[in-house]
Amino acid sequence: MLEVAPMLEVAGLQVAYGAIQAVRDVSLTLAQGELVTLLGANGAGKSSTLMCIAGALPAAGGSVRLEGADVTSARPEVMARKGVATVPETRDVFPDLTVDENLQLGAYTRRRDTQGVAEDRARMFEMFPLLAERSGQPAGTLSGGEQQMLVIARAMMSRPRVLLLDEPSLGLAPTIVDQIFEMIAALKRSGLTILLVEQNASKALAVADRAYVMRLGRIAAEGTAAEIAAATDLKALYLAG
Amino acid sequence: MSFFLQFTIDVLALGGAYALMALGLVIVYGILRLVNFAYGELIMVAGYSMYLTSGSGWPWLVMAAVAVLMAMLAGIATDYVAFRPVRAKSVTAVLITSFAFSTLLQNAALLFISPRPRNVPLPEIFSETVSFAGVITPARNLITIAATGVLLALFSWLMRRTVLGIAMRAAATNFTMARMLGVPANLIISSAFAISGLLAGVVAMLWIGRIGAVVPGIGLGPLLIAFIATVIGGMRSLQGAVLGGFVLAFIDTTLNFTLPQDLLKFRDAFTFSLVIAILLWRPEGLIKGPASGQRT
Repeated sequence: MLEVAPMLEVAGLQVAYGAIQAVRDVSLTLAQGELVTLLGANGAGKSSTLMCIAGALPAAGGSVRLEGADVTSARPEVMARKGVATVPETRDVFPDLTVDENLQLGAYTRRRDTQGVAEDRARMFEMFPLLAERSGQPAGTLSGGEQQMLVIARAMMSRPRVLLLDEPSLGLAPTIVDQIFEMIAALKRSGLTILLVEQNASKALAVADRAYVMRLGRIAAEGTAAEIAAATDLKALYLAG
Repeated sequence: MSFFLQFTIDVLALGGAYALMALGLVIVYGILRLVNFAYGELIMVAGYSMYLTSGSGWPWLVMAAVAVLMAMLAGIATDYVAFRPVRAKSVTAVLITSFAFSTLLQNAALLFISPRPRNVPLPEIFSETVSFAGVITPARNLITIAATGVLLALFSWLMRRTVLGIAMRAAATNFTMARMLGVPANLIISSAFAISGLLAGVVAMLWIGRIGAVVPGIGLGPLLIAFIATVIGGMRSLQGAVLGGFVLAFIDTTLNFTLPQDLLKFRDAFTFSLVIAILLWRPEGLIKGPASGQRT
């Protein structure tokens, strides 16, 4: 029987900032269409793991495979071309570019497909009417929630196969957080494979299929979202981290 | 009235040349956060290209186009020789390699051509004067103003209307994020150096048009002017570079008109005092530019 390689497979990943090892030994897999969340306290190494998969940080050891192909420490532009879209936690809109220009850059990898890009742009504006209203405005003038929507919409413009989402709820008002999570659930339903890094464990577990919990640069627990949600030592894992 | 017109033409002509010089420097600085000290040598390369092709019998415009192209190639070479191999290492390393490349090019000119000035062919029109509305001005001033207008319009179109331009503006605020959207780092950096070379090439034509000759050290003046103009205007902002060029030209021209004869040789001292005053008032330059932006 032909075995299907997982969409994303990380094995024994290590990330270091000089002498400081942020990620010690992380292994995780994402099947096609799966929504997996990576939980853990501040400084547990979640963001470093995600940015290393995205190619923005070099791996000090271990491997990253995309549908079986080795992409360890590939350049970020190569990862984008291979269909991995990243939304970093710093919510990096380009502040002096307009909302429209931000979206246009999101489609950089498929810029020759002008018709498809125009369709997607219209779809994004339909999904986020607020962005449509402000399409000619510099992105730096948007509110935090609007910027988060823009960054996710921009990532979707590349029609990615894998979406890496880092702390999409960080610093946002509760109603906006609910909207963002509804959107993540909708993206999952559309068949997108998503790796979601979150501190808001209950929200993340409510939409995820499976979860990993990181502590001090290692995976401390893994299981289905329901198992992790039911685990009594979840709080301990967080607090000890 | 005619005095006012004369003054305006002088400021626009000098400011246009300054603005183009500054833009060529800041386009690379904006993306790499590093001053390319070999920038002046791009002007030198264009100048010597004119000198070397002067016997060819080509029409002047062809020679000028070849010279601009050579400056662009030299710009891209700067990236490959001085920046790319050490870009990831340290700021100091890149500063030193860019100085080294600058010195290398200058010494090549000293060694293989001559330390003495070499004449550069100029079309007739560069030495003619035009008189209208009671104003007498060299035709090259009007050529400079026209060339500046065309290049700034072209540049603005490139940066606002093309995907490459938008990607370059994005890379100037957040290089890593731009790369994570699939914008290749090397393409952006090489494009910045090529545009820098294009501007340097055009500046060379306008600058050498004033002197009529090229020497190995010809790039130092324009480099210094470009650097001061970008500092006045704001190092992170393209509009700032253009504004800074015009402000610097305004200061220089005003001093030319107002300083008494025996103080005129100290003009630069007065200019720099005013530059210091501007920087005390606006330490980040007149236009601040995008908020974020780490080195890459």
